[in-house]
Amino acid sequence: MRISTQWLQDYLKLDIPADELAEKIERTAVEVDGVIRPNAGQKKVVVGHVETCEPHPDSDHLHVCQVDVGEAEPLQIVCGAPNVAAGENVIVALPNSWIGNHTKIKKSKMRGVKSNGMLCALDELGFDEKLVPKEVADGIFILPEDAKPGEPVFSYLGMDDEIIDMSITPNRGDMLSMNGTAHELAAIYDQTPTMPTVDLHEDANDDIDDQLEVRIDADQRDVPQYKMRLIKGVHIQASPLWLQIRLWNAGMRPINNVVDATNYVLMQYGQPLHAFDYDRLTDGQVNVRLAREGEHLTTLDGEDRELLPTDLVICNQDTPICLAGTMGGLETEVTDQTTNIALEGAVFDAVKIRKTAHNHDLHSEASMRYERGIDHGMTETALDAAAAMIAKLGNGTVARGVAVGRDEDVQPVTVTISLAKINHVLGTDLDLTTVTDIFNRLGFSTTVADQTYTVVVPSRRWDIHLPADLIEEVARIYGYDNLPATLPTGQPTIGKLNETQQMIRDSRKMMESAGLTQAISYSLTTEAKAKAFALHASDVTKLDFPMSSERTTLRLSLIAGLLDDLAYNNARKEHNVALYEEGRVFYSQPEQVRPKEIEHIAGAITGSMVPKSWGVAEQPVDFYAIKGIVAGYLKSLALAGNVRYVASADHPEMHPGRTADIYVDDQLVGFVGEVHPATAKAYKVRETYVFELDLTALIALPKARQQYQPISKFPSITRDVAMLIDDQTTNAAVVALMRAKGGAHLQRIELFDVYNGEHVPAGKKSLAYTLTYQDQNATLVDDEVTQAFEKVLNALQTELGAEIR
Amino acid sequence: MSLQDRLTELRDQGLADIKSADVLKKVNQVKVELLGKKGPITEVLRGMRDVAPEERPKIGAYANEVRDKLQAAIDHRRSELEQAALNKQLAAEQLDVTLPGRPAVQGQPHVITQIITELEDLFMGMGYQIVDGDEVEEDYYNFERLNLPKDHPARDMQDTFYITKDVLLRTQTSADQPRSLENHDFSKGPLKVLSPGRVYRRDTDDATHSHQFHQIEGLVVDKHITMADLKGTLILVAKTLFGDQFDVRLRPSYFPFTEPSVEADVTCFNCNGKGCAICKQTGWIEVLGAGMVHPHVLEMSGIDPEVYGGFAFGLGPDRFAMLKYGVDDIRNFYLNDVRFLSQFYKKG
Ligand SMILES: [Zn+2]
Repeated sequence: MRISTQWLQDYLKLDIPADELAEKIERTAVEVDGVIRPNAGQKKVVVGHVETCEPHPDSDHLHVCQVDVGEAEPLQIVCGAPNVAAGENVIVALPNSWIGNHTKIKKSKMRGVKSNGMLCALDELGFDEKLVPKEVADGIFILPEDAKPGEPVFSYLGMDDEIIDMSITPNRGDMLSMNGTAHELAAIYDQTPTMPTVDLHEDANDDIDDQLEVRIDADQRDVPQYKMRLIKGVHIQASPLWLQIRLWNAGMRPINNVVDATNYVLMQYGQPLHAFDYDRLTDGQVNVRLAREGEHLTTLDGEDRELLPTDLVICNQDTPICLAGTMGGLETEVTDQTTNIALEGAVFDAVKIRKTAHNHDLHSEASMRYERGIDHGMTETALDAAAAMIAKLGNGTVARGVAVGRDEDVQPVTVTISLAKINHVLGTDLDLTTVTDIFNRLGFSTTVADQTYTVVVPSRRWDIHLPADLIEEVARIYGYDNLPATLPTGQPTIGKLNETQQMIRDSRKMMESAGLTQAISYSLTTEAKAKAFALHASDVTKLDFPMSSERTTLRLSLIAGLLDDLAYNNARKEHNVALYEEGRVFYSQPEQVRPKEIEHIAGAITGSMVPKSWGVAEQPVDFYAIKGIVAGYLKSLALAGNVRYVASADHPEMHPGRTADIYVDDQLVGFVGEVHPATAKAYKVRETYVFELDLTALIALPKARQQYQPISKFPSITRDVAMLIDDQTTNAAVVALMRAKGGAHLQRIELFDVYNGEHVPAGKKSLAYTLTYQDQNATLVDDEVTQAFEKVLNALQTELGAEIR
Repeated sequence: MSLQDRLTELRDQGLADIKSADVLKKVNQVKVELLGKKGPITEVLRGMRDVAPEERPKIGAYANEVRDKLQAAIDHRRSELEQAALNKQLAAEQLDVTLPGRPAVQGQPHVITQIITELEDLFMGMGYQIVDGDEVEEDYYNFERLNLPKDHPARDMQDTFYITKDVLLRTQTSADQPRSLENHDFSKGPLKVLSPGRVYRRDTDDATHSHQFHQIEGLVVDKHITMADLKGTLILVAKTLFGDQFDVRLRPSYFPFTEPSVEADVTCFNCNGKGCAICKQTGWIEVLGAGMVHPHVLEMSGIDPEVYGGFAFGLGPDRFAMLKYGVDDIRNFYLNDVRFLSQFYKKG
């Protein structure tokens, strides 16, 4: 909503710089997008009088003009506009002037003839193309006859105005008008505004009753008010310049005197009005109803629209002629030939108009206001004001009376609130005088009994109906700057993370200390990627109406997103990347639309985790590196159960020989391994290792009770064993056997070598372990250890076919 | 020669030998030769039997004195030589300390997490509980219970990803607040919650829009919560995130779930309030929205607005991070370029 500060002077005495006014509005009422100064940056643009205008000797469209710019000598300027003529007052950009958006005008020659400046059209002075009246769009702008040559041109065009561009919140529809804004500023600056008056003269001999018949076939809620006036003998023409200026500074294009009058009154009162060509209304008959399935209407913009049953339409003899509150129909449009006007002033239901505007993508000044609500108490006044203005501008007459399709009894709203409640909510200590004064400034009448206000809110503030609304009024007029700043008091509460939140935080720290950086990827992805790397099979949750094909489905796994991140990095020559993500995956649940949201933690590593540096070789990540990270992390969780890694070829996106499912006892909690080379290629990543863990499950699993174990005071004894063993025999099998046969004093088994290169027969590998024996209560005797160790060696040979070396 | 003279001679010769020993080995050799069991001093003491008995204590004391003196000289010489050797070694062991250290492998938290964590800690310190709601919510909780019925015009302000007509991706983390309200036992004290998390809007991704971003919403409800408390809280948030030197201003705004509603601006950190492109020449930057909980929201959760009241506020960590660090494209937060992620090293 653009508010002209010059127009505001009709209402209030505001001797305040526009920027200051804007800041005040912003702090007290609504957001301000900025202050527009149409002449900003433009210099040396003056009124010129065209003394002579001769055809250019070498051109069929250029003219050579001698232009009086208030100097001793006229300026010679070459002009190509079709409408340039001697005797006109025109806009002259002098030599070395700045116009429009940083354009400098210099002396030049046009086809050999000197041109000392330029005659300008409005768009050359920075006017938005959408605001320039159509009849002057194709040529230079002709200034009024009384314009004085040599004077700056800006005041003649309203370009010296300062316009405050307000961004109106949905609750402050009352400020979508000059009147509303004036009331607001009057409250802020404690003034009494001068409101516009209506000077309507009805033609006593011309009664509307026999000529217009209005019927409402919609319910009270949809059309609470519908009234029409009839204006006769109107001469359609361009509006006077003062009116055009007010409209274009308000962001509206001047059209003709009738449309301009309705737009002007719209700006004044915030009341949308619509003018019909009365002679196109057969039998002067109008009815309003909801549209029927399959009906069509061609709107003003020439578009043929199929109407919806939620659209309110204005009809002539039950044929739609206008989309209520949004756009008129082409058939009954006011044209140059129109002489008689049927003028509509109505109130339509906000939700209905909102739907129509949305469904037909028709957002107009009218629909915007109806959607936010309008002042029901001002509809007839605005209708009268527009009728009077049309009659005056078009030399017409207003028929006597109003054709009323529906009227309503508009009553002010009464709200009661105690002074104590206001202070209680605001944390202030305001007295009765202060608060009463605020209500007075707002124009709300009050009665006070027992420290409690009964406030009568005028219909122009339809947003106010609750005590809380009044508290807001008091707060903002009193000033948020003047509120004290305190912190809540009352019964203290303890703020701490719950177990899940704490474990998520700890998990993130563990991952970071292991060298992985946190990524946050998109939860929405393609259906294929959403399903990829899923720990468990599940249906996916899909958007009903996605914005793009890339973001349609909620993920079941975090890995796909991490691979996208890796690909992004690889494409930018970052080949050493270690990322983890902690976030939700979305498993569908039977019979439910809402999925089960499960916290997962996943990692993806490609290249070397150790950055290249002097004296240190890069260490390309491998299965055992990422498994070490996972194992270290799982250890930090202190799970009571036993963590197992089981080779798995069941994940289609994973390398079948380099992937392990991770179990805690018998519960599957995740997997770790290398991404399948084919998958890696599809995701455009290099060799990549990943893991994904069900964090929600890990958090729920029982934790080991932690208890101090006394450290043995007695020395330990170690024995090393190296063996040749079948390549297919796993470390887990060897360790399990050693544990089973190791005896009571076997404390630790450490693998220190794995080898299957030279000197190892095919199908075999060499493994070497250190076994540590210790007794908690006594010094171990060498013989005891030797006996226990022999048992292990025998078992390895007999049960696993190991060849001890 | 008397024994005494012999001892004096041994002492003087020994001291000279010790002084001239230039390596530790020689010092040790001198020690063995002089003070060993077969050494000359032991030899001298063996000759005591020829001395008159009354002279013996005197000679014995003098022999001990000579032995101690020699021992002290040996210790001193040894430490001198050790120190010299150490000095020589140290001189040879000089490094170029400006060579880079070997990198320790260390990851780091995402910048958005850093901001969320900082605010979580701030608010937990003030007795708030952290609440995590679901990302897939019912329309009823995301909108209707927050005083946004189906046809409310403010719904245009936030275009929504729907799964079905009643289920959606939450557009605000306050979607969980109606549940907090209805589940809270006010006999145990006030409700103070902070809800950080992911939210979604039906937007086309560009430099300033993202279909996925984060929100932190706070809610306090008790018998005596004031707008002044809200103001104080917002000032604390702004100062925690941006620094003490910045001013905060409140402006009226509109949110369906609060009345009165305000937006909070902080002084533009780029121009210190003078006006620049970042703050659109206003000197202020909008950082959060807030207000006093709308009585309808309380009523819908079964709470009597005549007795209880409270405030709510919401802010966007993505926007905070953009403002605080001058990030010019919101997509950076979700592309996870390591060159981007590694720039924000603070705390987890
Ligand atoms: Zn700035």
